[in-house]
Amino acid sequence: MLQEAAFTKVKAETSNGSGADLLIEALKREKVEVIFGYPGGAVLPIYDKIYDCGITHVLPRHEQGGIHAAEGYARISGKAGVVIATSGPGATNIVTGLADAMMDSLPLVVFTGQVATGVIGTDAFQEADILGITTPITKHNCQIRSVEEIPRVIKEAFHIATTGRPGPVLIDFPKDIAALIGEAPTDPEISLPGYQPTLEPNYLQIRKLAEAVSTAKKPVILAGAGILFAKASDLLLEYAEQQQLPIVNTLLGLGSFPADHPLSLGMAGMHGCYTANMALYECDLLINIGARFDDRLTGNLKHFAPKATVAHIDIDPAEIGKNVPTAIPVVGDAREALSMLVKQDGKTPQHSEWMKKLESWKKEYPYWYENAESPLKPQRVMEMLYEKSNGDGIVVTDVGQHQMWAAQYYPFKKPNRWVTSGGLGTMGFGLPAAVGAQLADRSACVIAVLGDAGFQMSTQELAVIKEFNLPIKIAIFNNRSLGMVRQWQEIFYEERYSHSKISVQPNFVKLAEAYGIKAYEITTESEADSILNEVMEANEPVLLDFRVAESENVYPMIAPGKGSHEMVGVKK
Amino acid sequence: MKRIITLTVLNRPGVLNRITNLFSKRNYNIESISVGHTEQEGVSRITCVVNVENGGVCEQITKQLNKQIDVIKVTDISDQAVVARELALIKVQSLPHTRNEIYSLIEPFRASVIDVGKDSLIIQITGESDKVEAFIELIKPYGIKELARTGTTAFPRSSQRTNQAKNYSIV
Repeated sequence: MLQEAAFTKVKAETSNGSGADLLIEALKREKVEVIFGYPGGAVLPIYDKIYDCGITHVLPRHEQGGIHAAEGYARISGKAGVVIATSGPGATNIVTGLADAMMDSLPLVVFTGQVATGVIGTDAFQEADILGITTPITKHNCQIRSVEEIPRVIKEAFHIATTGRPGPVLIDFPKDIAALIGEAPTDPEISLPGYQPTLEPNYLQIRKLAEAVSTAKKPVILAGAGILFAKASDLLLEYAEQQQLPIVNTLLGLGSFPADHPLSLGMAGMHGCYTANMALYECDLLINIGARFDDRLTGNLKHFAPKATVAHIDIDPAEIGKNVPTAIPVVGDAREALSMLVKQDGKTPQHSEWMKKLESWKKEYPYWYENAESPLKPQRVMEMLYEKSNGDGIVVTDVGQHQMWAAQYYPFKKPNRWVTSGGLGTMGFGLPAAVGAQLADRSACVIAVLGDAGFQMSTQELAVIKEFNLPIKIAIFNNRSLGMVRQWQEIFYEERYSHSKISVQPNFVKLAEAYGIKAYEITTESEADSILNEVMEANEPVLLDFRVAESENVYPMIAPGKGSHEMVGVKK
Repeated sequence: MKRIITLTVLNRPGVLNRITNLFSKRNYNIESISVGHTEQEGVSRITCVVNVENGGVCEQITKQLNKQIDVIKVTDISDQAVVARELALIKVQSLPHTRNEIYSLIEPFRASVIDVGKDSLIIQITGESDKVEAFIELIKPYGIKELARTGTTAFPRSSQRTNQAKNYSIV
């Protein structure tokens, strides 16, 4: 009797099937809701199982669109985005997305097909050494070697992708193993002796930080995307209010602190606002929480926070001290760290003069532009998008001027409403990422803010938007040029506009209509007003071709090589 | 400055590629690297010698290596008392009239001749990198035909001198 019970127990813990069966089963165990994938020869056995597996499958029109959509999905849902691509070209087409996700710490689990094990290394049809190619741009990658290890490897992949500092994990799946029948433990133990992220910060370091705060005269918190990954926005708000600490955001950290809060100083960096950059320059205590001191934030490191004691809370120890010498390192999860910090007793900093100074800067140096009825100003379009979406949209951007205007003129009040390619700066990211964002939150008002050039890098994804009837508002900031490149050529290359002006352009309205998507060309503010009123609430996709001023520049700006106090264009 | 970093890693496919890839990605200069099995099945030990500008760079290297999933442990053992050894095989030209001279150099270095040919010898020498270096310099005038070095492999000594200031990493 006893023996029989033990026998059934063992039976219940293993599953039979082909490699592809085990893969689908593992995805279901991870509660995967949507797969972004593109079939091909090497993944045919897997696609045969996807056919009736019940998980939503999104077919992008290019693999790169698929992985960017998965990134958008991961950013909004907080879950791992799942991608499947075939071997060879399918796999190499997702390389940019992997690099992008690695830079911006987005959790992805990516499956690539591979040629059969017997021909690996023979330059077989559609063979590429995707492990070799992606080693430096993935958090981890590996190849399936046997059917038995499939459930364990997939479980480990999701664990690695979503814990610690998130990142993309790639699993290379040879075709013969996907078809091979085998038996494997259903819910195996993961075995990762080399992977144990530190979550709980060292108490003594937290003490040290709390003491530094209590004696600081000019403290400031730099809040990065680590706050968002740790879901610690509420604690950041509590801590900032408790200690009356002003908050500066990084580009990717936007939304981690309500932008309309009196303690918010706005975004710092190359196109950040005067107050935020000057606060970083003048502060005597800089508390970095979940940011990585990227060069676009710091400007010239020689002039970065020259008077400050730097404290840095990060889950990735390698980020601490990498770019900026750090006096108070705190390794751990931002949520854990903040929950410890709010419990520390100690007097709040005496910094009323500092707060007065910050307040006066805020009044004196807001973002500025000169409005005109014609040509339409991109900044005004961004403000209108904010108004018409009640400031509650999910804003997804591409890369360039429009991205900076979105960051400047769409003040986020809530976390996880902002999807942008920060670290890698990938053009063509915006439109597919909006697909993923909308799939992660079906009821949200998703606004894809794109440039005319970036839009043309992934135009084909309009088909997916139509197929799933995703009510994305596609706002093209059409200045008939690569705006940011043009701006740099104007300022740093004596107005020699080398290949940055696009004279031949398709008719975007007709293009959208060809995909069955409603579209409008908008040239004036009043036109924008009436059309936005009409389409913002619509439950279908719409494309808006905003003809904006072609020579508008993004200001303020820290020129490359300059310090964060050397902004230009801070005032009218 | 020269630093010795030892790693224990899971012996999985591509693990060496991960390590060397990281060095080139982060623009670190690697002087030598040696890899081999350990007493534990499935675990390998890698010893890297790196030439870095300052301790901060070395700390970055160890942290970045530590992030690799297949890397179990990384230790910078440069500031500890260590035994470090490398092996070199040197094929040197030996004519009848120089053979004795060569033999007289071999002895104080405790090197050994492991193959004798008509007009050449293969010498094996083990020891710290500096010693191997010195020996090669001495033997060079006789005409080195081929040279192969393994790179350093190293261990902390069982007993560390207590008066040595320990070097703590900041995190």
